[in-house]
Amino acid sequence: MKVIKEKHSLLMRWTHWVNFPVLAVMIWSGLLIYWANDAYGISIFGFSLIKFFPEWFYDYFHISGRLAEGMAFHFLFMWFFFINGLLYIAYTVISGAWRELLPNKHTFKEAWLVLLHDLHIRKAIPPQKKYNAAQRIAYTAIILMGIGSIATGLAIYKPVQFYWLCWLCGGYHFARILHFTLTIGYVFFFLIHIVQVLLAGWNNFRAVVAGFEVEEEQPQLKEAPTTTEKTEDKDESKS
Amino acid sequence: MKANHKNKIKAPLTVEQKIRRRTFISFGVFAALGTGAVTGWNWLLDAKEETPGITGGTRAPLRRALNKTELFFRNFFCNKHLAKTYPIADAVKTPRVNGLIGIEDDEDFDVSNWKLTVKLRNQKDRHISIEALKALPKTEIVYDFKCVEGWDEIQYWAGVKLSDFLAHFKLEEEAQKQYMGLETPNGAYYVGLERESILHPQTLLAYEMNGKPISIEHGAPLRLIVPAKYGIKNLKRIGTITFSDKRPKDYWAEQGYDYYSGL
Repeated sequence: MKVIKEKHSLLMRWTHWVNFPVLAVMIWSGLLIYWANDAYGISIFGFSLIKFFPEWFYDYFHISGRLAEGMAFHFLFMWFFFINGLLYIAYTVISGAWRELLPNKHTFKEAWLVLLHDLHIRKAIPPQKKYNAAQRIAYTAIILMGIGSIATGLAIYKPVQFYWLCWLCGGYHFARILHFTLTIGYVFFFLIHIVQVLLAGWNNFRAVVAGFEVEEEQPQLKEAPTTTEKTEDKDESKS
Repeated sequence: MKANHKNKIKAPLTVEQKIRRRTFISFGVFAALGTGAVTGWNWLLDAKEETPGITGGTRAPLRRALNKTELFFRNFFCNKHLAKTYPIADAVKTPRVNGLIGIEDDEDFDVSNWKLTVKLRNQKDRHISIEALKALPKTEIVYDFKCVEGWDEIQYWAGVKLSDFLAHFKLEEEAQKQYMGLETPNGAYYVGLERESILHPQTLLAYEMNGKPISIEHGAPLRLIVPAKYGIKNLKRIGTITFSDKRPKDYWAEQGYDYYSGL
């Protein structure tokens, strides 16, 4: 028999779907800013592996020569990003939802098993509540990354007024690299997230829009062969 | 019959019906909000450009947002908040030259004839020589110069503190005005600074770089060094100084950048 099971609260869904376009605008406007001094890359032993970004990338997305525009968008949408994130964190703290989200002492060991399961190396998956161990780590990390983006962003936005924050972030130059690296992190998170959502299927996706999941529940009480008649009787009388 | 019909309507929904109904309503609301968001975004993208004036070059709603955000963050400004300073040894030997507006387009300029002009209301203009400025107490600073483009560089500058300059030339009363405007001698590059930044203890009228007179491309003979602002406000080759209560014109604010551009 099908049963409706409530899964995600309205606030969790709301902040999730507000964050998606807002973060997209932040990354896009961030690229418009980054273009003006695209100094970053990854090199090993002096050999350049990656340079952010190739010319075709800037051309394709029309990024070149839009620094002022990028800053104007970035400094408006930062407010939405910040307020939305604050709302989500406040909600998880007050509602107690953090208990299902924060990693606990078993999480790191279990996350490894979840990974093996997802890669089809291991069949069984550790027992889980609303979120599995890997999700706990991912969904906590992404919030820490968000806080990191706000902190490093503020540090490079007002490095003289918030000199202590700039110092905490490793100085202006390093804070800017961190801010950029976090953005690359979001892109990776997004890619994995999309694959996982596709694999998890419709029921899981619907829950993030409609709030509920549909579960098949076996009417065990009635059909299961009873071992002791008495307990069965008690259950019956209760209902 | 009628009673029967009513009963049918009131009959509790089956689980399947509930699922379908809730899914339909949720996705309907989701689609409506999504359409609203796209409409809002398109409105912003297609928003008219502001009327060119002291500021220009960006969409009107974005300019309003920039100005509001600027006002908010000005609350955190304090003259006790200083840009981090470094030992002289950390300074780059050849600082980057990024812009030559007001310098390369002025072929008639002659450093030996240069004098700083201070325009005053109801008084004759003041003309101050570089020697007069060098006679004042010298302030040095080694700090991380930050360009709006994103690069930063530790540079070593020296000159007269702007607040010392104002005190020495009895310009304090003028400096009570909300803004100071600075221009190159040919007027091609110009910036506006609000009062708090003028009086910031690290704001200099600089005449030396790395212990030597400033080179032409770095703004000889006198340039502005204002560590609490992006490089775009650090005017090279100062020609005239004015005071006003209205925002003076500002080269990059006319081209879509934030007027304040404070750090």
